Amino acid sequence: MASEKGVTLLDFWVSPFGQRARIALAEKGVHYEYKEQNLAEKSDLLLKSNPVYKKIPVLIHDGKPVCESLIIVQYIDEVWSDKSPLLPSDPYQKAQARFWADFVDKKVFDCGTRLWKLKGEEQEAAKKEMIEILQLLEAQLGDKKYFGGDTFGYVDVAFIPFNNWFYSYETLGNFSIEAVAPTLVEWVERCKERESVAKTIYDPKKVYEFVGYLQKKFGVA
Amino acid sequence: MPQEREKQMEETVKLLGTKGSPLSHRAEVALRLKEVKFEFLNEDLAHKSDMLLRYNPIHKKVPVLVHGEKPIAESLIVIEYVDEAFEGYNILPRDPYERAMARFWARFIDEKVIPAFWMSCWTDGETQKGFIAQSKETLTTLQRQLEGKRFFGGDSIGLVDLAGCMIAFWFAVLQEVAGINLLNEEDYPVLCRWAEDYCRVGAVSESLLDRNLLVAHFASKKERIFATKAPVYD
Repeated sequence: MASEKGVTLLDFWVSPFGQRARIALAEKGVHYEYKEQNLAEKSDLLLKSNPVYKKIPVLIHDGKPVCESLIIVQYIDEVWSDKSPLLPSDPYQKAQARFWADFVDKKVFDCGTRLWKLKGEEQEAAKKEMIEILQLLEAQLGDKKYFGGDTFGYVDVAFIPFNNWFYSYETLGNFSIEAVAPTLVEWVERCKERESVAKTIYDPKKVYEFVGYLQKKFGVA
Repeated sequence: MPQEREKQMEETVKLLGTKGSPLSHRAEVALRLKEVKFEFLNEDLAHKSDMLLRYNPIHKKVPVLVHGEKPIAESLIVIEYVDEAFEGYNILPRDPYERAMARFWARFIDEKVIPAFWMSCWTDGETQKGFIAQSKETLTTLQRQLEGKRFFGGDSIGLVDLAGCMIAFWFAVLQEVAGINLLNEEDYPVLCRWAEDYCRVGAVSESLLDRNLLVAHFASKKERIFATKAPVYD
């Protein structure tokens, strides 16, 4: 591993965190080898590359591993800085971008997990929270084309992979994202027009099937 | 003097923080390392100021850095902002891979080291044993990162050292109040040596609350913290 040149991504197809890395690499036009991981039987390479968390995604660049999706995206942005900047150059705008990506990290996945894992009152509470989160994000987007303004950037990369999961959240929570956050849905469509996003989109129904499998696994369904 | 720098120096810098809060401390040290003149506005977290609620409506927490009229929240984000907006001391490394490593370990401290230690202090019985085991693992993993270095940042303190401030100063206080002995010289000689060195750095010692005050504070809140498991700084 040590002296291998090139870029490898250890990932799992449905992971929104992995998709962040895929989108960032595509935006920068970086050639890389995609290695789908079996999370039930973790490979030696994964365990060696991410001994602390043993999770995907892991970006391996010239033999050196980088872990944690947002850290990976920032690394990609800083190394391949000559094309499609994802973070703004102004320190304050950068801080804002980091704040909102951090917000997505802290809120969306966790709440979404509760939506499919829990039932009854707890599920209802998760749904209410998800609506609040989406509306906060929608307010942050405002009437901008993307979260960063006119150009697709860091917060867009951080959040757009969760769009594959919207159908699952809506179906399980019995609500419509378009009804509660219509501008957000428009933003999703805009992002999907970008090649980097279109190439990493999975059929939401496939994701829903996967969620069904998770529910059975955790004894929820 | 370049125009940008002049403009920066004209804009006032306020730090909304709470003396005794490690997150607040992180932001304070970052500003001192850059020799930025700032006004510290102490927040009473039991009665949050209108300013705090206006500048951090999402999380309503400290620290919040206000540069001119621009608010920046979340301690690690504040540190990176201070590093980028002001010249001088390098808080993060300049190499992208080293930066990624620094961010990784800062996050590890926040997501794994601190929660495991915190819960070790405020639980009992089997639950506590579980958290103590977890805590030991995370401290061992973190200590390994110090191998051959004076600080996590190398010869001088950096992002990971600032992120680890709670370990360097608050952990000893917490374990004294909680009556456990997790972080000690025998088990973690390297980490304990680092803790002492960290606390001796000028910018750090200026930002630390008197230890006795901190012990008294946590001792007085002990029951409440045990019940809620939530940090109490009011």
